[in-house]
Amino acid sequence: MSTEQILSSDGLPLEVSLKKAERKNKLKAVMLVAPLFLFLIITYVFPIGDMLFRSVDDRKITQMLPNTFTAIEKWDGKDLPDEPVYAALYEDLAYLKKTKTYGKIIARLNYEKGGFSSLIKKTVRKLEKFEEGNYKEQFIKTHKRWGQNDYLVSLKNAAPNWTFAKYLKGVDLKYDQGGKIIQQDEDRRIHKILWLRTLKVAFWVTIFCFILAYPISYLLATLPMKYSNLLMICVLLPFWTSLLVRTSSWMVLLQQQGPINDLIVFLGLAANDARPELMYNVIGTFVAMTQILLPFMVLPLYSVMKTISPSLMRAGKSLGGTPFVAFRKIYFPLTVPGIGAGSLLVFILAIGYYITPALVGGASGSLISNTIAYHMKSSLDWSFAAALGTMLLVGVLTIYWIYNKLVGIDNIKLG
Amino acid sequence: MSLPTYTAWNYRIWHYTYLTICGLVFFFLIAPLFIILPLSFNAEQYIHFSAKMLALDPDGFSLRWYEDMIYGTKNPWGLAAKNSIIIAFFATIGSTILGTVAALGLSSRHMPYKAAFMALLISPMIVPLIISGTAIFFFMAKVGLAATHTGIILAHIILGTPFVVITVTATLTGFDHSVTRAAASLGSNPVNTFMKITLPLILPGVISGALFAFVTSFDEVVVVLFLAGLENTTIPIQMWVGLREQLSPTIMAVATCLIIMSTLILVSAELLRRRSERLRGINR
Repeated sequence: MSTEQILSSDGLPLEVSLKKAERKNKLKAVMLVAPLFLFLIITYVFPIGDMLFRSVDDRKITQMLPNTFTAIEKWDGKDLPDEPVYAALYEDLAYLKKTKTYGKIIARLNYEKGGFSSLIKKTVRKLEKFEEGNYKEQFIKTHKRWGQNDYLVSLKNAAPNWTFAKYLKGVDLKYDQGGKIIQQDEDRRIHKILWLRTLKVAFWVTIFCFILAYPISYLLATLPMKYSNLLMICVLLPFWTSLLVRTSSWMVLLQQQGPINDLIVFLGLAANDARPELMYNVIGTFVAMTQILLPFMVLPLYSVMKTISPSLMRAGKSLGGTPFVAFRKIYFPLTVPGIGAGSLLVFILAIGYYITPALVGGASGSLISNTIAYHMKSSLDWSFAAALGTMLLVGVLTIYWIYNKLVGIDNIKLG
Repeated sequence: MSLPTYTAWNYRIWHYTYLTICGLVFFFLIAPLFIILPLSFNAEQYIHFSAKMLALDPDGFSLRWYEDMIYGTKNPWGLAAKNSIIIAFFATIGSTILGTVAALGLSSRHMPYKAAFMALLISPMIVPLIISGTAIFFFMAKVGLAATHTGIILAHIILGTPFVVITVTATLTGFDHSVTRAAASLGSNPVNTFMKITLPLILPGVISGALFAFVTSFDEVVVVLFLAGLENTTIPIQMWVGLREQLSPTIMAVATCLIIMSTLILVSAELLRRRSERLRGINR
């Protein structure tokens, strides 16, 4: 017995026809997303990948000293290398001298070991006097450092195409001569402090925002519409106002002759000639960032609280709970999703903050972003900036992932 | 929030303490903005209240810093404003079109891997600006668009689209798809259906997304700091430069103008949001 197949109007079985239509709809949806997706892949995802690449890329010096690195590869690093290494080095340096590009290897080698700068400069200067053959002896005669094992080991260490040295530098570690990972010198350990400070500031700003946002979100959610709409403007106006305007208003308020200091002097908390420094330190960063990020905590909290029915609290109270117990056992647990969403959002934004710490933070209030900007714009150590950026990015994406798991990214609300 | 007469005195105290705390927090949120307004009318060259200002003497106030902002010979504000507007205008158009089209696809129930796509498309909003700035700078330098308007506009399109995607997808939840099916069954082609049926219904969401994109571009300073040359200076860049040197009353005047602008944008965004909720039949 065979079942009659149901056919659609174009003579295809209904099942096939439905699948075809589904596929068409799917394709249509994908085609709509495709332009933005491709745009972001090319102009955003690819560049971020490129940044990752740049942070481990160490090929420039390999390309500049190709013969040397090939020759030194076989050397075991114990006794001084043999003639072929020096001959290759001569060949490379002579070429670099001819093209006047040897300056570029100096910075890179000096990073590996101090003292390379004068060594390379002197050697290049005397390169014309070199005679063919017996290069090893001539090199050592030109500069005694060519006869010291450390320098040649450092040269060998610079050979690999890829390096994690910049990442190690980002957490105050480095490779020693033997390739082992050791602590950075005492006076150069600055990055761990910066990471810790960034985390600390982001953490406390999140806590402060939570403490300040919770009561007002509750008020906004429980007041009648006509009052809460008016108060909502107090939250939304700062949210829509330029970040630089808000930061400059904090600079006005916190300056030494500013209104807050005037008030402190007026209240007799400090003498007029000993006004406290409220700006250009970590206090300024804390206060300004808390106020600037507060709306990002209020809005998710408010939208969660808005959905909690007031009758739940009344029920709790009618069953004999004091208002405090009713709040703790009923209301607060229901607001936890809002707290999670707001806290993660504020934390993510705070951890990468740049403008406000740069303007009101001074040296003791600057965060990891400021260091990245410094290496991008001033020291021009771009690969180090890229490494620090990648480390920050990994941290933020982890939190973003947690946020996505807990809250769902499509639940972000704006205004 | 008036209390019933039978409220016990300790709850009464707690209630008023609570309201005071809320008042202080609202003050903390909004007061810093208002410190700028009077200072921009300062007749003197300092950023604090002069004795004359505190006595409300008309001589203590003047419009000289606004004059300086507009007519000052050395001032870059004119060029900066022009650049800011051009960049924000094109960035807004770009992000609104790309974001709205993508949101239409994302809201379709046939869209595969919706969450993953959404997470990717929103990421420029989450990734710290300093990282986006660094990455985009390397890219623009490579393709020769650093220090051009085009480069900055493209960067701002990247940063603006997440806001459009979020607001438009929010508008599209609860969108009644039977109206578009009705249009199709009456013989309308998809483009026509979109223009005549869907777009008018989601327009409030699209416009508020566009406002977000505009404000994002108009305020953005970190990425522009990396990308801009002298010719591409924008208002935020000039404020940044000015604030790093010293606070000047002219900056206060510019800031006042920006606050007025953001107030107007806030009002229009709020009106749009309410209209959108009415159109979608959401009553709160």
